Amino acid sequence: MKFRDEYRDTAAARRLAGAIAKAVTRPWTLMEVCGGQTHAIVRFGIDRLLPDGVSLVHGPGCPVCVTPVEYVDKAIEIALRPGVTLCSFGDMLRVPGTNGDLLAAKARGADVRVVYSPLDAVAVARDAPERQVVFFAVGFETTAPANAMAALWARRECLSNFSMLVSHVRVPPAMEAVLDAPECRIQGFLAAGHVCTVMGFEEYEPIARRFRVPIVVTGFEPLDILEGVYLCVRQLEAGKAKVENPYARSVRREGNRAAQAAMREVFTLVPRRWRGIGDIPESGLGLAPAYADLDAEARFGPVAAGPEAAGECISGLVLRGERKPPECPAFGTRCTPERPLGVTMVSSEGACAAYYRYRGVAAAAGA
Amino acid sequence: MDTDPATWTCPAPVGDDDTVRLAHGGGGRAMARLLDDVIRPAFADAELERRHDGAVVPLDGPVAFTADSYVVRPLFFPGGDIGTLAVNGTVNDLAMCGARPVALSVGLILEEGLPLDTLRRVVASMRAAAQVAGVRLVTGDTKVVDRGKADGMFVSTAGIGRVVAPSPIGPEQVRPGDVVVLSGDVGRHGMAVMAARESLGFESALESDCAPLAAPVMALIEAGIDLHCLRDLTRGGLASAAVEIAEAAGLSIVLDEVAIPVREDVAAACELLGLDSLHVANEGRFLAFVAPDDAERALAVLKAHPVSADAAVIGKVAEESPGRVSCIGPLGVARVIDMLTGEQLPRIC
Repeated sequence: MKFRDEYRDTAAARRLAGAIAKAVTRPWTLMEVCGGQTHAIVRFGIDRLLPDGVSLVHGPGCPVCVTPVEYVDKAIEIALRPGVTLCSFGDMLRVPGTNGDLLAAKARGADVRVVYSPLDAVAVARDAPERQVVFFAVGFETTAPANAMAALWARRECLSNFSMLVSHVRVPPAMEAVLDAPECRIQGFLAAGHVCTVMGFEEYEPIARRFRVPIVVTGFEPLDILEGVYLCVRQLEAGKAKVENPYARSVRREGNRAAQAAMREVFTLVPRRWRGIGDIPESGLGLAPAYADLDAEARFGPVAAGPEAAGECISGLVLRGERKPPECPAFGTRCTPERPLGVTMVSSEGACAAYYRYRGVAAAAGA
Repeated sequence: MDTDPATWTCPAPVGDDDTVRLAHGGGGRAMARLLDDVIRPAFADAELERRHDGAVVPLDGPVAFTADSYVVRPLFFPGGDIGTLAVNGTVNDLAMCGARPVALSVGLILEEGLPLDTLRRVVASMRAAAQVAGVRLVTGDTKVVDRGKADGMFVSTAGIGRVVAPSPIGPEQVRPGDVVVLSGDVGRHGMAVMAARESLGFESALESDCAPLAAPVMALIEAGIDLHCLRDLTRGGLASAAVEIAEAAGLSIVLDEVAIPVREDVAAACELLGLDSLHVANEGRFLAFVAPDDAERALAVLKAHPVSADAAVIGKVAEESPGRVSCIGPLGVARVIDMLTGEQLPRIC
């Protein structure tokens, strides 16, 4: 398959791994930001091709994982109301709220539908004017432009029965929060290629300068990730800390201006609580005042303050890169994808799910 | 008003012939008419014409017996429909027992309001599928449920077949060193149905792989291949089938990802939706676990049949780590293969 197979070439991967081994003179700890990268790393065993000193820790870039539990609870509450259709990306359906998930709400009679695009949710509203259609708008800067388009379409079509429950998050404030943590051991970042496709990488340059960390814009195929690691350790070894973009086939410095314009039109910066991490100022996107009439919280009541995380789940530490999934005593025993204790075991992009799925319990423990 | 009495029509209800009514399942005249007009002509079997409570089928030797139910939305999808699925699914389960399929029963649960034309199309494709598979549809049952109580129609089939394999076939027969042969590319049925159901608008014409597998299996048996186990790939895909066998056999299976055929459009659709093609459903593919000395011959036999022309050796059975299935990826690193948890859900981004 073109644009995929050439980035999974065995010989090229071994060559890059060899170049990394040659470049490294001491241990380095890097964080890949995006959950999609985490999955590629674990699935293809990229971490096992790296020299012992280079360690990859997994970042907070799993949109499902960081969505606060109170938003899941609110989505379930809205979905269970008569006359409401709740549309969501498939990933969100299994995410546990305080009492069950959206799939359980569906089994209890709620009209919950999986959509592949937020514009599909607009179509549902258009086709069912007698129902209130609510779209659960979550995700990073990658999904925000399409979700903004849904708002623009609904406004253009004057759909009065469409609204959005918005819990968008932004990557750069999360990277700063990780770096600000006193126990932070991250020395370089593989930035999330798809987020940069939308946003460009200008906003990472102040972070690289302020925290003296190299940031390499990285794609999702094995060779992309190996190249990201190579450039990152080369900078570290040379004492440099700048933003580099080897993922130029997808990312430009200024990003996608049209997508950014749609986001600016519909959304505004808001503080956001991240599941497992806590409150981060300006880390979220909420509906701008001009689009407040599309806010599901205005129609169905505001999201209540969430319960404090409890129990033995260490997903917060995993999301901050401070622990790896197999270091959790519950991993694979009391916590599995079928009976998850935390959200990192649920999502297809969650780090715990990746280790469980691709490494198994016994092998992951030795990872 | 028209004054010519010859053109007057009686306002009394004459019955709507276009859709299924509750009366069609009520055991009375309407049901008799449905069976006479739609079902029996379609299945065209002498046993059905006897209008008895059951079918009498002569059989000798050991008999394989299996049952399955079919609920699919949409009822029609590129490459098949619920009728072809129901016939081929049961034919394939019999074939996996090393049996030549002989006769099937057909249970129909129809939703009130189902267009009769839809029913006619489905029973016609059941007959066509039965003819291709060389199996008879000899007995059945029809029920009608209230509107909203079924997704158009549900079908359940049971089948009997005569076991022709000279030695037992099953997970307990799998041995360390056995070679795993896959009969063709994976993931096509699941992606075709998903694309049709969700109106994904893929430009490529993805078609289901739905097909009867009795012919290639009979050919393997006739060629004297030392078959240890057969398993058709259905929901849960190749991954679930392999894990089921490994767990039941108490052995491990090592697959070679690069050797597993996946069509380019299926691979692209899976990449886009964040699905693993090893988890995507098939309806016309199977795994054969054969003795290592017979692997090449088995491959040649399968390649001679159109339905298994793309057969490939994809792995082998080992002793260590009982119940575990692993897969060597393109970079030469192994990953664990597990069954799907819950249903497949497309990812966010």
